[in-house]
Amino acid sequence: MTWSDWSWVLPEAFSTFSDDVDMIYYVILWVTGIIFVITEGVLIYFLVRYRHKEGRKATYDHGSSKLEIVWTTATLVVCLALGIVSKGVWDTMKIDVPEGAMEIIVTAQQFEWHVTYPGPDGALGTADDFEVLNQIHAAVDEPVWIHLRATDVLHSLFLPEMRVKQDAVPGKDIPVWFEATATGEYTIGCAELCGIGHTTMNGTLTIHTAADFQAWATAQAQRPRPRP
Amino acid sequence: MTTITADRAPMAGMKVYHLKLGMWVFLLSEVMFFTGLIGSYVILRFAHPEAFGVPGEVLNVPLTAFNTFVLICSSVTMVKAFAAIEQNDQEGLQKWLLATILLGAFFVGVQAWEYTLLASEGFVPMAESYHAIARGAAEGSEVIGGPLYGATFYTMTGFHGAHVSIGVFCLCFTLYRARKGAYTAGNLGGVEIMGLYWHFVDLVWILLFTIVYLI
Amino acid sequence: MSTTEKDIASAVDAGGQHDHHEIPWIRKYVFATDHKMIAKQFMFVSLFFLVVGGALAGMMRFQLGFPGQPMPGAGILPDAMMAPTPNGAIMLPEFYNSLVTMHGTIMIFFAIMPLLVGLFGNLLIPLQIGAEDMAFPRLNMASFWLAVPAGMLMLASFAVEGGAAGAGWTSYAPLSTSGEWTGVYLGQQLWLVSLTILGFSSLIGAVNYITTVINLRAPGMTWFRIPLATWSLFVTAVLILLAIPILAGALIMLLFDQTIGTGFFRPEVGGEPLLWQHLFWFFGHPEVYILILPAMGITSEVLSNRARKPIFGYHSMVLALISIGFLGWIVWGHHMFQSGMNPLLGTSFMISTMAIAVPSAIKTFNWLGTLWKADIHFDVPMLHALSFVSMFIIGGLSGIFMASTPVDIYIHDTYFIVAHLHYVLFGGSLFAIFAGITYWFPKMFGRMMNEPLGKVHFVLTFIFYNLVFFPMHNLGLQGMMRRIYDFTQYDFLQPLQPMNQFITLFAFALITTQLLFVFNFFWSIFKGEKAGNNPWKSNTLEWTVPSPPPHGNFAEMPTVFRGPYEYSSPESDDDFLPQTTPPREGPGPSSGVPEPTPTPEGAEA
Repeated sequence: MTWSDWSWVLPEAFSTFSDDVDMIYYVILWVTGIIFVITEGVLIYFLVRYRHKEGRKATYDHGSSKLEIVWTTATLVVCLALGIVSKGVWDTMKIDVPEGAMEIIVTAQQFEWHVTYPGPDGALGTADDFEVLNQIHAAVDEPVWIHLRATDVLHSLFLPEMRVKQDAVPGKDIPVWFEATATGEYTIGCAELCGIGHTTMNGTLTIHTAADFQAWATAQAQRPRPRP
Repeated sequence: MTTITADRAPMAGMKVYHLKLGMWVFLLSEVMFFTGLIGSYVILRFAHPEAFGVPGEVLNVPLTAFNTFVLICSSVTMVKAFAAIEQNDQEGLQKWLLATILLGAFFVGVQAWEYTLLASEGFVPMAESYHAIARGAAEGSEVIGGPLYGATFYTMTGFHGAHVSIGVFCLCFTLYRARKGAYTAGNLGGVEIMGLYWHFVDLVWILLFTIVYLI
Repeated sequence: MSTTEKDIASAVDAGGQHDHHEIPWIRKYVFATDHKMIAKQFMFVSLFFLVVGGALAGMMRFQLGFPGQPMPGAGILPDAMMAPTPNGAIMLPEFYNSLVTMHGTIMIFFAIMPLLVGLFGNLLIPLQIGAEDMAFPRLNMASFWLAVPAGMLMLASFAVEGGAAGAGWTSYAPLSTSGEWTGVYLGQQLWLVSLTILGFSSLIGAVNYITTVINLRAPGMTWFRIPLATWSLFVTAVLILLAIPILAGALIMLLFDQTIGTGFFRPEVGGEPLLWQHLFWFFGHPEVYILILPAMGITSEVLSNRARKPIFGYHSMVLALISIGFLGWIVWGHHMFQSGMNPLLGTSFMISTMAIAVPSAIKTFNWLGTLWKADIHFDVPMLHALSFVSMFIIGGLSGIFMASTPVDIYIHDTYFIVAHLHYVLFGGSLFAIFAGITYWFPKMFGRMMNEPLGKVHFVLTFIFYNLVFFPMHNLGLQGMMRRIYDFTQYDFLQPLQPMNQFITLFAFALITTQLLFVFNFFWSIFKGEKAGNNPWKSNTLEWTVPSPPPHGNFAEMPTVFRGPYEYSSPESDDDFLPQTTPPREGPGPSSGVPEPTPTPEGAEA
């Protein structure tokens, strides 16, 4: 293996909130990195500086309440600050589904993703809905609202390049949304152990330009298929 | 075990003997066990109210209320047994222990009878058998039991019944030891921890009766 | 030196004759009630399971390093596990799922937990508080003899039709509710029954530990004179006592779902799959602390002794243990950020999770403080304890990433989590177990472990361990999911093949290195250098008795005059001051540790 494979840099991402997620990741990386270097540095320094030598006697000392208070407070402040920074992005990603998003249904089933589109009328649950297998198509710069469902066991919809992950739970309809910022082909994965074929449960997320997406959707809607 | 510590003067600890402390600690874990079962029942019932029947319509509340009264009486007889041995009254101890055993066994018996009655009405803890029974049931008969209501009902009351049964078994052992004169006013730990367990089981039942049969 | 040898000789005489003539062999070695023998029984059985767990990990790593390639020597395994091909046997995905499940289950429940709680709990609690044995020796025996059939059932599940459980060590419903979903029927049920039995074993052990610590302390052993190892085991016992019944209830409900058709966790009949996760993690997060608190206690013990310096902030160490014990109950939701639980709950669990980082940080800073101006001896136990500290720093810091809910969305269920949990469980708990075994080995067997061999084992383990698990952070950051049979199915993960191979090769090296420990362990039992009563010049009570201690431990009731970490005290000419040494006459501090009640109250009685 080459060590150039090694990196703390996250792979590139292409959704509206991915920069915010990555920013928090880098903030935590810096904070923990600095704490790591300091604590391990101090540890190694002490090990070298205070290693046993003939005639050395350790200082008889039981600690310092002042220091305890200082580092307890410091840790608490750092942790709570990270928590507060995280909250806003979490709410954006998991709670605040934008208005006017294109609604689709993704139903996970051992071991495939069934993706239902509203069809020409733009409404789900009507006769002109159409379904594709293991592929999600969407237009760039358009929010997509996925109704995530499962029929058998837990699955987890993982769109790494969109920074999206959400378990699909049988009996639940869980809202997931994202808005891609670049066209291209991306990954759909299953991140929750779902049985023997878990490893094969992957698919493709295709982000089109708005015009291409319309063309694709129209073609799909007209494609003759047996109604379920 | 008493010989190990007799000649020693360790720290005061909780100022109770090991067996009693051990029983208290064990009962704490029992509290968590029933908390888990009852908590699951509450969560499932809140999430799926439609799957649960109105208690008074499906379950025989008066019968179980009577049974609850029997179990409370058995707690009273257990207290009497302990009071008797505190006075070194061997005959009283045996008499009241026997009464507790009979009342406890009666409780379990009524519970078993209740189970057979419910099952014959189609109140079972599983989906598949429920359907089988429902097909044979009269037209328009109410949907009862099933994989949520029946399952939680039988699991909670069943585990309680198992605790009562174990308690009756241990009471029999206590009575056997009492007849051999194992307990005195100065050595009544076995009776006391038996009582702790028995009162705990009684208390759990009052809680279960309230949650399952009344609310 | 000669006096200590005389001590041993007299102890062997007194204890040995006593044992040989009055306790039949079967009661001494098999159905033993002596806490030290039960500790050893737990040690041998769980070291065996550690080897089994390691072998399972090795097979898993082979599949990840060389996906879909025939595994050398795997032809002996049945066709249900490895598909025979002309070139050799190739692992089947269902067997891989079983490996994932059973590696986790065996390592957590049958190796790490019984080593920390069964071995060190039994060995240390009575000795460190000055008791002759546990409060309930026969219950203690029952605890061990329940764990054995549980372990046998777990192993037997590999041999049954359908193979061993394959729904992950967390057994998430509904995957685990029916063989329809996994192809595993009986194996999954054996898994549930085995863990229920083991839970009962842990439970009665916990009742015993708690009663013993509360009721059997020697005169003068006040709460704030208890060594931190025993403190941590006490808090752990409380967590076991309260957490295991929740697991037991959930396991029984899942068993009913599988066998008699109830619907607690089965959505197809109206049940709630998330209820299983809530119950499991309500137990599971305290379980995480059950697996780390005793390791922290052992580390504190070894660190203070080998640094010849009082532990820094003894009181805040105890308070940190207790607050972890409390906070551990309100953070379970951080395992479920992506589970479909109400996202508003996610934020509250994130805040409580950030709060629980504080006591862990306090402990780390106090360990560093202990090393400040110390006199550090780099013996094998100390090397392992120091690597516990440095690895726990990494494991703790990587935990911050997943505590932050938005970052967790990306790294949840990836190898970043695998890296994190192994930094805590292997880098943390297992290094502390090595520290503990090498430190208390002389007390258990009366002989020292071989020091040079121990150092070689430590250095190789430390290096290989980091080469195996540190790159896993990177795999996770690149998006590689955990519990995945063949990651090359994903185009975007194919560039990770070389790194996976690298990890696999060093995993084999890491496993092989453990043979050094196994050899050193058995060789030292018979051929190790004889140890005196107190080879580490320690203060705590277990070092005042012969090695190994006779039945009943203390020839006479010890009296405790001070805290456990009075190293390099000006009150003593040597650099240690045992808890049992009476204070000097005349003016001067009788105890360095500030006590609410400085007089040894029991001593006056």
